[in-house]
Amino acid sequence: MLLKETPKEIKDRQALVINPAKTCQPVGAMYAALGVHNCFPHSHGSQGCCAYHRSTLTRHYKEPVMAGTSSFTEGASVFGGQANLLQAINNIFTVYNPDVIAVHTTCLSETIGDDIPQIVGKAEAEGKIPAGKMVIHTNTPSYVGSHVTGFANMTRSLVEYFSENTGHKSSQINIIPGWVEPSDMREIKRICREMGIKTVMFPDTSDVLDTPMTGKFTMYPKGGTTLPELRSTGDSRATVALGRFASGPAAKLLDTKCKVRCEILDLPIGLAATDRMVDSLHQLAGVSVPDSLNDERGRLIDVMADMHQYLYGKTVALAGDPDQLLALTEFLITLDMRPVYVVTGTPGKRFERRLAELTDGLDYQVRVKQPGDMFTLHQWIKNEKVDLLMGNSYIKYIARDEDIPFVRFGFPIMDRVGHSYFPTVGYQGSLHLLEKILGALMDRIERDAPDESFELVM
Amino acid sequence: MPRNKPNLTADAVKEEMLKAYPPKVARKRAGQIVINKVEEGGVVPEIQANVRTIPGIITQRGCSYAGCKGVVVGPTRDILQITHGPIGCGFYSWLTRRNQTKPRTAEERNFMTYSMSTDMQENDIVFGGEKKLESAIREAVEIFHPKAISIFATCPVGLIGDDIHAVSRKMEEELGITIFGLSCEGYKGVSQSAGHHIANNGVFKHIVGRDMTPVEGDFKINILGEYNIGGDAFELERLFEEAGFTLVTTFSGNSTFKGMANSPQADLNVIQCHRSINYMGEMMEKKYGIPWVKVNFIGAEAMAKSLRKMAEYFDNKGLKDKVEALIEREMKPVKEALALVRPRLEGKTVLMYVGGSRAHHYQELFKELGMKVISAGYEFAHRDDYEGSKVTPTIKVDADSRNIEELTVEADPEKFRARLEEKAREKLEKVLKFSDYEGMMPEMEENSIIIDDISHHEAEKLLELVKPDLFCAGIKEKYVIQKSGVPLKQLHNYDIGGPYAGFAGAVNFYYEIDRLVNGSFFNYLKAPWQKSPELSASYAWE
Repeated sequence: MLLKETPKEIKDRQALVINPAKTCQPVGAMYAALGVHNCFPHSHGSQGCCAYHRSTLTRHYKEPVMAGTSSFTEGASVFGGQANLLQAINNIFTVYNPDVIAVHTTCLSETIGDDIPQIVGKAEAEGKIPAGKMVIHTNTPSYVGSHVTGFANMTRSLVEYFSENTGHKSSQINIIPGWVEPSDMREIKRICREMGIKTVMFPDTSDVLDTPMTGKFTMYPKGGTTLPELRSTGDSRATVALGRFASGPAAKLLDTKCKVRCEILDLPIGLAATDRMVDSLHQLAGVSVPDSLNDERGRLIDVMADMHQYLYGKTVALAGDPDQLLALTEFLITLDMRPVYVVTGTPGKRFERRLAELTDGLDYQVRVKQPGDMFTLHQWIKNEKVDLLMGNSYIKYIARDEDIPFVRFGFPIMDRVGHSYFPTVGYQGSLHLLEKILGALMDRIERDAPDESFELVM
Repeated sequence: MPRNKPNLTADAVKEEMLKAYPPKVARKRAGQIVINKVEEGGVVPEIQANVRTIPGIITQRGCSYAGCKGVVVGPTRDILQITHGPIGCGFYSWLTRRNQTKPRTAEERNFMTYSMSTDMQENDIVFGGEKKLESAIREAVEIFHPKAISIFATCPVGLIGDDIHAVSRKMEEELGITIFGLSCEGYKGVSQSAGHHIANNGVFKHIVGRDMTPVEGDFKINILGEYNIGGDAFELERLFEEAGFTLVTTFSGNSTFKGMANSPQADLNVIQCHRSINYMGEMMEKKYGIPWVKVNFIGAEAMAKSLRKMAEYFDNKGLKDKVEALIEREMKPVKEALALVRPRLEGKTVLMYVGGSRAHHYQELFKELGMKVISAGYEFAHRDDYEGSKVTPTIKVDADSRNIEELTVEADPEKFRARLEEKAREKLEKVLKFSDYEGMMPEMEENSIIIDDISHHEAEKLLELVKPDLFCAGIKEKYVIQKSGVPLKQLHNYDIGGPYAGFAGAVNFYYEIDRLVNGSFFNYLKAPWQKSPELSASYAWE
């Protein structure tokens, strides 16, 4: 037993988080910055932050994750990190030559109150920023929100620094994909192409964190939203923001700053959420939905029907990030499965409100906790078991101890390769997710079946 | 894939690596890149090490917290560990270092699969987090009833002035269990190394010697600086038990609070990772009279040599015979494996930048395979790890190191016991070299390129200039190097492999290196149509 110290009896905790279902802001900011073409993420804090974030992202994506750090020492922590950041800016432009450096802060630099725009201004005045290059920033204090907040903040900063309303409206639609896999971003773009819609997606980590092996390492892969594309978002006809938590703030700023109207939707995981995305795109862009997408949709429902008898009524416990959990909960309900426990470490009452909307009218109770942790989830399970677990790699310890089938979903997944290559968004992605869910359930049935009822056919 | 190996001198390679840097950076890095030259008495050129990382130059280094919690204290299974800070630090150090542990009974406590944190919020930063820490400790005790709790400080804790030591003392009194704080804020020192030192001090002050119950058994030893990555410590435990040594504890792979508390019962400390634990060896010798010797359990020959060294210390015929019998038996499969694998690897070249001792230890394995380490370096070592203990007195203590507490240790009036008489010690000194580490550079070839805290830019340049057959480093470098068509072996956490210590470990490693160097995936990089792009199209019927 690996979590044998976890008692069944639940005691109220006010101060101690055990087995968190979140991490801190800066890693999200780093991931978002990687979705900008020729951009160099920079962590303004101790070098351990940068090392931890790069390691976690690398372990999840199995790809190079390049970023710099201000390497604070005790002296910098007392006197401020200005000298370190000035030096870093100079070194990064000289040695690594990006178009833009995206600085995010840490709990250290936030606690001492470093003013990044002031330092960048000084770098500019001292000629440390070459002509045509930029240093942008976002504030990501680790003691507020979670990694999702950090992603949202950096994405919002992209709007703040780049989006321009030139007065010439274009027909393009902005897509803010949220913190999803590179393959998900690719899939959402494909759906838009299929519909004949011109889009700008930001950030966009496809072709950045899933690059082909060519025998040559490239510091700045061909993917990522380009700076002209980012500027053009202010002229777009509309914004579709996927995921309230990760994409909402950027979409709202685009609306107030550049008067680009936005629709903030759930992540398009599952039938209903994908329907809403496609419907929004169809209305905002004024295009019809092509038969090819209707066919994809039909295939998903066909498979849902094929699988229904195996999924029906199965109880599921979920842990992860709010945008993913909301979409997944809805999908599971659509499948007539029962998402009975839902836990996120990311704080936010909006999460509970939205989840209440999605689970309204169900004839069973859905236990929700925000901010909660995996220890609480495990204790709930100890009190009443579920049929399936879904979440990041850490959930496997619960799955093993309680002998429950487990589907990896979310961030980080550090113990498998491939998850970042297969989408879980859109009709096709949902199909892929369904295949994994059924596979996990059937593997368990077959593992436990006595010889006489071990079946070849379904 | 056939590789061109341009004939550049080591000096020319160094010059090329430095070219892209601004002048100030180039000057600083020039001191951290040294072309090896070994003179009489193992005298090597001086290298700049344990100095500040240059902001903006991509480094692989981590922080003091990572060295303290992640490396040294983390692997002790029954100390409940609470990170005092925002959530990130506790999250990232949660099960990511592959230090395995195995409780001996179902009842024995194991908290290593848990991450516990005070998850400080904005309010705690503004108004102080001591009360929250107190509550967190109370909650932890109420739920888990541990015997010991350690508290780790993260960056903001030091800045806002939370006194984790005062809180620990108060809660220790209130709750009646061992509670101690470790001020390992990430900004301390210049790398993980500062955290190792802080952890050594904390463990020494709060754990070592708390239990002086005599330990049964002969030939009692502690292993210092072995963290059981991939099961290395399990393999060593097996070998030592069979040879007849009594292992009191390991610092800190597969360890318990009681084992470490009881460690002064050992009669010899053997040090594996010199960088992370030498402080402990020194302090235990002064306070309890236990001598330490440097060993290396990586590489079959090195393992045999280390076992013989240990047996020599206890000078017992029965023990020596058992050690010889063990070596003879264990070396058989080693030789068989080498006969198969060495011809496939001989002459291949390796670059290795890792840790504070591993870049040295693993050279033994590559020597056995006939591979050539043409450049190596550490991420967070000090000068003595490069040049040897002989330079220790000449190492300048700079402002960053001065901030790390240096404990004043004296012989304990009751617990000190000299293990060897003066004469016996003198006799053994030649073979065992007490309190001495020869360092990496004296054992490396002339003109090897020694690089401290290698940057991404330098690594990329080296790939281009020396085209190695294998690169050894960590997770952050792994896919950078692999994308470039060169295989990378992670030597921090072994990828998913291991054990690599001891004899069976060596065999594991030989096959793993064969898989990497002679693996086929790099042969497929070019598609058929990319191999002869000049061909013009022709009709099938022509």
